[in-house]
Amino acid sequence: MDYNLIVPYIPNLRRYARALVGDRDGADDLVQDTLERAVRKFHLWKPGDLRAWLFSIMHNVFVNQLKARKIAPEVEIDEAVIAAHIPTVNSVDVLDLQRALLCLAPEQREVVLLVALEDMTYADVSTSLGIPIGTVMSRLSRGRERLRKLMNGETKSGLRVVQ
Amino acid sequence: MTEEEDRVANADQNNLLRRQFDPVLTEPIPARMYLKRPPWLDYARAAVFIAVGIGIGLSIPWMRPTPQAAAIAITPLPVRAARAHLVYSPEVRHPVEVEAKEQDHLVKWLSKRLDLQLKVPVLSTEGFELLGGRLLPGNDGPVAQFMYQDATGKRLTLYVTRPHKGDEITAFRFAQEGRVSVFYWIDRDCGYALSGELDKPQLSRVATLVYRQLEP
Repeated sequence: MDYNLIVPYIPNLRRYARALVGDRDGADDLVQDTLERAVRKFHLWKPGDLRAWLFSIMHNVFVNQLKARKIAPEVEIDEAVIAAHIPTVNSVDVLDLQRALLCLAPEQREVVLLVALEDMTYADVSTSLGIPIGTVMSRLSRGRERLRKLMNGETKSGLRVVQ
Repeated sequence: MTEEEDRVANADQNNLLRRQFDPVLTEPIPARMYLKRPPWLDYARAAVFIAVGIGIGLSIPWMRPTPQAAAIAITPLPVRAARAHLVYSPEVRHPVEVEAKEQDHLVKWLSKRLDLQLKVPVLSTEGFELLGGRLLPGNDGPVAQFMYQDATGKRLTLYVTRPHKGDEITAFRFAQEGRVSVFYWIDRDCGYALSGELDKPQLSRVATLVYRQLEP
C-alpha cells in the first residue's frame, strides 16, 4: 500500500479527533490508532472515497475506545454542572465549547462534527459511521439543537444560567 | 433539511466549531504519525520478486538448468547398478527377496511397484539361471534387481529402473565400476543395467541377449 495516500488526511483526522475527544493527547492517540489500523486494513479498502473510509476506521477505533474505557454513551449527563461553567452566551471561550461538545452523546457529536468540520454530505456521514441517512439527519438535528442550548447556557430544564 | 439548508441555518454553529478546531489543521504533524511500512511487507514484496524472477527464468529455455548440470548432483545409472550389485551379489543366504520358483509373483510385484510391465530375460543359453529378485530404493523411486547365477556360482544382476530426471536416453554402453563391469542402456520408459564381475566380452554377450529380449 502507499501510505502517502493517507498522509494528506492526517490534519483532518486530527482536527476531528480533537473535537471528538477533547484533549490533545487522547485525540492524537485516536489518530495514531486509526492510522495503524488503516495500514493493516488497507487491502480491504476498495478504491473510492478514502476520506470516508478513514473516518469510518476512526469511528470504529473510537467506539472501541469508549467500550474499553467503559464510557457508555452518556446521554443523560447532568448539564447543570456543565452549564455552570458557561457564564454568558457572549463570553463563550474555547474550553466551554469543548465542554459543551463533550456533553453531547458521542453518536450525536460525531455527526455534528463530520458535517460542521468536514462539510460531509449525509451520504458520506452515513458511510463513515455505518448508519442510515435518516439516522444521520435525526442525530444531526438533535445534536445541533442540544449544542445550541448548551452554548446558550440553557439547562435541561430550559432555564438560562445567569450570573 | 438538506445539507445546504442545514449549512445556512447553522452557519453560526459551524463557524464556531471551525474557528475553534481549524487551527489543528496547521499544527505540525507528530513524527510518530508518519508510519513506517511494516517490515513484513518488505519481505513479502521480496518474496514476490524472487518468485517472479524464478518464473521468468524457467520460462526462458536458455536460462533453465541444463540436464548436464542436474546430472552432476545425481549418481549415474551404471554406478547405481554396480553398487547394488556389490551389495547383494556376495549374499550367501539372502541374495534375493523372492526366489525364481515364484517368478510369476516376483514379476507381478515388481511391475506393480515400478509401474512398468517388467519382463525377465532368459539367459540359460549363456549358462545363467534366474535366482530371483528384490526391490531396492532408487534415487527417486523403487528399483528392481534380478539376480542370475551360473554353474560356477558367478552372479549377474539386472538393474531395472524408471529413468531418473538426470538420465539421458542412451544406447548400449559399457562402464567399469571398480571390478564390476556394467552394460547399460536407457530408453524412454526404462533404464537397464547388467552388472557382473565378468570379463567384458562375456558380459557383452549376455547383455546383448538381454537387450534383444527386452527391446522388441
